[in-house]
Amino acid sequence: MTAVSGLQIRNIRKAFKEVQVLDGVDLDVAPREFIAFLGPSGSGKSTLLRIIAGLETSDGGEVILDDRRIDPLPPGERGVAMVFQHYSLYPHMTVRENMAFGLRNAKVARAEIDTLIADAAQVLEIEPLLDRKPGQLSGGQRQRVAISRAIVKRPKLFLLDEPLSNLDAALRLRTRVELAQLRQRVDAGVIMVTHDQAEAMTLADRIVVFNDRRIQQVAPPMEIYARPANRFVAQFVGSPAMTIIPATLADGGAMAAVTLGDGATVQTEVPRAALKPGEAVELGLRPETVRVCRDSEGTTRGTVQLVERLGERSLVYARLTDGSAITAEDEGTTAAKVGDEVGLRIDGAAAHLFGPDGTGYHRTAA
Amino acid sequence: MSARAERSWGGLLFVAPFLALYALILVYPLFKGLWLSLHRVDLFGGGSFVGFANYGRLFADPVFLQSLVNTFVVTLMIVPVLTVLALALALALNRATRGAAIFRGIFFSSAVLSVTIVTLIWRFILAPDAGLLGELWTALGWEPLPFLSHPDLALPALALTTIWWSLGLPMLLFLAGLQQIPEDMYEAAALDRASRWTTLWRVTLPSLRRTLILVIMLQTAAQLQLFGQSQLLTAGGPSGASRTAVLFLFEVAFGRWELGYASAAAEILFLIILAVTLIQYWLTGRKGDADGR
Repeated sequence: MTAVSGLQIRNIRKAFKEVQVLDGVDLDVAPREFIAFLGPSGSGKSTLLRIIAGLETSDGGEVILDDRRIDPLPPGERGVAMVFQHYSLYPHMTVRENMAFGLRNAKVARAEIDTLIADAAQVLEIEPLLDRKPGQLSGGQRQRVAISRAIVKRPKLFLLDEPLSNLDAALRLRTRVELAQLRQRVDAGVIMVTHDQAEAMTLADRIVVFNDRRIQQVAPPMEIYARPANRFVAQFVGSPAMTIIPATLADGGAMAAVTLGDGATVQTEVPRAALKPGEAVELGLRPETVRVCRDSEGTTRGTVQLVERLGERSLVYARLTDGSAITAEDEGTTAAKVGDEVGLRIDGAAAHLFGPDGTGYHRTAA
Repeated sequence: MSARAERSWGGLLFVAPFLALYALILVYPLFKGLWLSLHRVDLFGGGSFVGFANYGRLFADPVFLQSLVNTFVVTLMIVPVLTVLALALALALNRATRGAAIFRGIFFSSAVLSVTIVTLIWRFILAPDAGLLGELWTALGWEPLPFLSHPDLALPALALTTIWWSLGLPMLLFLAGLQQIPEDMYEAAALDRASRWTTLWRVTLPSLRRTLILVIMLQTAAQLQLFGQSQLLTAGGPSGASRTAVLFLFEVAFGRWELGYASAAAEILFLIILAVTLIQYWLTGRKGDADGR
């Protein structure tokens, strides 16, 4: 076998008592890649992170980092560093001592420890805080210290467990930018667990979507958004969620056309070859591909249930005549009001189809 | 009456029952004791003012001074051993297994016994002729040690008994302290390559600092008032070798009926305990200010 750098995860299984949390998970992470684990609570994403860190044992499978099997090793010898959700700084040590602790335990020379701390402190702008204790720091400062503590160890892989979830909205945005800058400076891969899709979308090279004990999809952010592997990924990523409407596949043509419950037809650009004729499918529509228009110009029509004005655009939640819910977008200055009957123009070219088993079908990649 | 004054009087009514009881059973005796210590007085009332004569007598009384020395010695024997043992037990039993729960119960059980039972049990163990330790010593071919009748062994015997009896509460306090330490602190230490020993010294013990101070202060204050074991196990003997300060003032007050003299001894003991506690607080309290999480 040739040397493979980066992280390989092979057939990891884990159960807590009778509850299976991870069921045969495989994943490859390239060196220096930024990966986001995204999924709802209880989907197994944190468990996998902790298995990589060595804080949890797996029931089976292998974890390989830079061609070395690390799953039998204790956490400190795996070449990984972790930033905990609640920072987990040692409260009785100063910031400097917090950063030095792991290095001292690893028998790093004192002079080298000082250099490493000075460098990290400069990068994260925490030099004035080095002699304070965590109790005297703000949430954002603690976060930087926690990141510095990971950096000084010069790991091959950073593991971040919901690193931004404890910060307020403004600080979260700023730290997000800082994390993005940080990853340019460190020569290591990053795996970040999050349930915030905006974090995952903005930071990650690739997103790993978890649900129901398995990885649902591994892909770059825009591909996750534009070509979701299945119904779960389509609905989980994107805010507001993708509209899913039951539909029937119509006959004829190279590209699939579907008929909705209210009789309207949508011509998609999904190749028909992938689907069986007459099969019950579901039509997936991002809100931005459904526009509110005058009654006569629409693909179909609906009754407005709720209007959300977001400033530059408005979201219009409507019901079709057969009762299916649909989310549409309109100008920020929309005239639509609750109870109005409006026309809805569906951009069939951007539509997704989902088969009976939930598999996603999309238009051929450009 | 203005609304403001009415409000404060109304509030006072709510705390009045407590204040009355507090004054009656704490404040009044405190000052009564002080008053008594300045008088020559017996149980049958009366009494004459003698100023600080009682205190003067005490500092010249070898029995009292001996009892103070005994009290300090036995406290020094008990508190460090008790603290370390309780901490070790708490560290060993701080896990969620059934076995640990059972052992926590066993080690705490001695704390619910009354001093009478405790001394009775230890009399059976320590008695040289038929006691458990005596039998053991004999079985090993050694001469049984006269724990309760040798001047050098009486205080260690008291200390041993007291440690066994008092182990439960400090252990419980340490367990409570240990459970306050978040699990991810240990996870961070594991990722920081800390050995078990390093984790104990650099993570666990510093986090227990407040509990440690509390245990030492509580136990010091409690053991400086050691009384029942001394009275029941050795009656202060042999020849005063295990007479503690509280036993001395009990004998003076209820054996010789010299209430003024006993009160003066009590005031001195009170001041000593107060001073020791304040010194401990001062020594340990200031550094912890910055330790908030």
